[in-house]
Amino acid sequence: MRFSEQLEAKFNQLISAFPPGRERAALVPMLLYAQDEVGHLTPEVIQEIAGRLRVPVHEVDEVVSYYSMLTRKPRGRYHIQICTNISCMLLGAEQLLEHAKQRLGIDCGEVTPDGRFSLEEVECIGACCWGPAIQVNYDYHHWMTPEKLDRLLEELRKAQ
Amino acid sequence: MSKLVTLTIDGKQIQVPAGTLVINAAKQAGIEIPSFCYYDGLSLQGACRMCLVEVERVPKLMTACTLPVAEGMVVRTNTPQVIEARKAMLEFLLTNHPLDCPVCDKGGECELQDMAFRYGAGEGRFVEFKYHVPEKQWSPVVYYDAPRCILCYRCVRICDEGLGVNALGVVNRGVRSEIAPNRGDHLECDECGMCIDICPVGALTSGTYRYQTRPWEMSHVGTICTFCADGCKTTLGVRNGIIIRANNRDRSGINDEFLCIKGRFAFDFVHHPERLTRPLIRTLSGFREASWAEAIELVAERFEQARQQGGRIGLIGSTRTTNEENYFLQKLLRQGLGSNHIDHRQSGDLVSLLMATRGREGALATTADLYHASGILILGADLSQQHPLLAFQIRANYRHHRARVYVVTRGPVREDQIAARSLRVAPGQELEALESLRTELQGLPDLVVLYGDSIKGSAVARLVQWCDSLAIAVRYVCLLDDANSRGALDMGLVPDWLPGYRSLDQMNLQPGLCWEEMLESEELEVLWVVGANPLRRRHLKRRPWLVVQELFLTETAQQADVVLPAASAYEKRGTFTSVCGELQQLQPAAQVPGAKTDLEIASLIALQLGLELGPADPDELLGEIHRTVDGYNVDLPLVAAGAAVPTGPYPDVAAVAVRVDKIRSREDTLFTAGSLGQRSQVLTSVREAPGSLYRG
Ligand code: SF4
Ligand code: SF4
Ligand code: SF4
Ligand code: FES
Ligand code: FES
Repeated sequence: MRFSEQLEAKFNQLISAFPPGRERAALVPMLLYAQDEVGHLTPEVIQEIAGRLRVPVHEVDEVVSYYSMLTRKPRGRYHIQICTNISCMLLGAEQLLEHAKQRLGIDCGEVTPDGRFSLEEVECIGACCWGPAIQVNYDYHHWMTPEKLDRLLEELRKAQ
Repeated sequence: MSKLVTLTIDGKQIQVPAGTLVINAAKQAGIEIPSFCYYDGLSLQGACRMCLVEVERVPKLMTACTLPVAEGMVVRTNTPQVIEARKAMLEFLLTNHPLDCPVCDKGGECELQDMAFRYGAGEGRFVEFKYHVPEKQWSPVVYYDAPRCILCYRCVRICDEGLGVNALGVVNRGVRSEIAPNRGDHLECDECGMCIDICPVGALTSGTYRYQTRPWEMSHVGTICTFCADGCKTTLGVRNGIIIRANNRDRSGINDEFLCIKGRFAFDFVHHPERLTRPLIRTLSGFREASWAEAIELVAERFEQARQQGGRIGLIGSTRTTNEENYFLQKLLRQGLGSNHIDHRQSGDLVSLLMATRGREGALATTADLYHASGILILGADLSQQHPLLAFQIRANYRHHRARVYVVTRGPVREDQIAARSLRVAPGQELEALESLRTELQGLPDLVVLYGDSIKGSAVARLVQWCDSLAIAVRYVCLLDDANSRGALDMGLVPDWLPGYRSLDQMNLQPGLCWEEMLESEELEVLWVVGANPLRRRHLKRRPWLVVQELFLTETAQQADVVLPAASAYEKRGTFTSVCGELQQLQPAAQVPGAKTDLEIASLIALQLGLELGPADPDELLGEIHRTVDGYNVDLPLVAAGAAVPTGPYPDVAAVAVRVDKIRSREDTLFTAGSLGQRSQVLTSVREAPGSLYRG
């Protein structure tokens, strides 16, 4: 399979950044970029990347299943990740998560029927000073409250 | 020799070679450091933390399995801190582990059970529910129960490093981590069961053995695998005369703990329902069962007639009968019946090699040489398929000593993975390709050359000549198919030489008919087939009177006039000689009532004929072989003790006209083994069967 021109160029650059025989070091970034473009890691994507790096498919599976940021399941256009690790938890992350579940009508690991949102409970995302912290795709949102979350969801719902 | 390092472990001062790991240094001092993931010969993992020890002036506990010794190092393995750490590690391993040893298949021989008993705390403090996932079946022979897995990676490493298959990996993270097979929900691999064997706990279990018995209910019989020529020692677990398991956990034998699918699982042919248990005599309306006495009498009568007509009898023998049987058979035929029409299906040309290296010491390589040689040259064979143990040895040599491996074959083989150079040539063209390897090979201190059936006759002589021109130390392995193919050649089960490769002149004999000629010959009155299936794909043009000794009613047995039910190699005493020439002792494990060993049958015939051929007891015959057969003047007590004793040399190799076109390998894969293999349910049930050669 082929990816977009930009991504193909990026892949070439990534692979050539490692010495011959060590190309497999490009595996994690390639998976991540491919996921950004395709939405999730389909069997075809995994097969393709395994082939390009000459890594057995089951070794790619090991990596994909290890990293929680890599997914084989489709996600929503906006992937809401709510940290419930200790600092955020003390500042009300659990209530926030409950609230999000109710508002979106989905549980963790699920996608809304319109495909717009998916929800995930995550461990510390390194924003403890500004907890409760959440991450939407790659964007951080700090000092979250149920009200702020509602407003954010409303904006995202309207976004094109 | 590497330099010695002095260190102190638990107050004992010891000296060990530099580079030794603390866990092994302690073992040498008689101190056990508990471990799970450490495994001799495999890469270091440092996964289980069971081997933690205190090292003076190091602030934290260290893993003894990854720590090389250093001069003046002071190690303590029995301080309160270490004891506490072991307890904690075990508690940790047991958090999600089921505590149901009484129903676990591994109970009684489980390393976790033993460790918990020895080093563990009596109580765990976790109150959470255990994380549980259901057991999975990955193949007919491999089952995996994730909750029991302690993630030691032994299975992953043996499959990748040992077998070169790399079928196992670890997926997920944290408590959800588990071992996963290469095809998602199932395995596509060698099905060797090495992963099951090496698993310290009951996570990987064997489809054929699980829940059949308890380890202490079996008796354990150390014998030799009856399939390929590599000569793996196998320890058969037997209950009530039935073989239930095969492994080699005590790591005795030339194979250490290695067994391929055939050695580990394919013994089930022994108890196949179609085993013959009564002699059969042909009547006009088909076979009828007969008593041994009647059958032997009838056979002897016909043999006697053939003898009186000037030895008009031919014998086609087997590559899975013992040396003693083959020796006795050729003696019976040559001395007793006056015939030299004696042969078996030859799968490699050893005699040409012996002629070409006549008078040299150490021209033949042993199995151990494959592990130590600095160079390996593989000509015309798919070793991983046809010689799993030899391939395993060579991979270990590459891992541990960086051996230079060269492959010259007609298609891709697994050895390409570790090869310095791989060349693809048409069969028979191997020697022409060698010249391009000359400079590289010349730079090596020593070389072992393994050659398959495409190199025979004058090509063997040319090979030796070419290797001589390298001016380095070269030893050879002539690859042969079956468990005692080598013994059949050594014992003179051929029309062209006597036992020990002596000339036929010594008995005033002319070269006899080869087995294919025997099938066509007008000359023979009687054809005697012992453990061979020459009529698998052909019919006799002219029917001589046919006697067949067999385990099953094979294509050949179906055409016989008398069929005598024979015992398999797992039911008899005697010796086999491996492809690399090691002599090893067989021990009877199973009992199949009604069948007799080929030696017993042959000696009954001899008795009925009134022939004086000397003793027909396996041990006494081995004594006779030892005295009379060149190459077998070896240390017999060692053989009796279960060691693999190298045979050779052969001081008096006859000049033989080699029948080049009769030498052909059966080209078995990992999953085939002639007519025996067809009767193994396991071997035929795995999805990889029958497999193919030269697929990489
Ligand atoms: S059976 Fe052998 S080849 Fe298959 S996964 Fe286990 S170790 Fe690997
Ligand atoms: S299955 Fe057995 S050998 Fe493999 S990691 Fe688990 S415990 Fe270790
Ligand atoms: S390698 Fe050969 S001798 Fe060893 S277990 Fe397999 S078939 Fe038997
Ligand atoms: S605990 Fe939530 S960001 Fe660190
Ligand atoms: S044996 Fe040392 S960490 Fe496992």
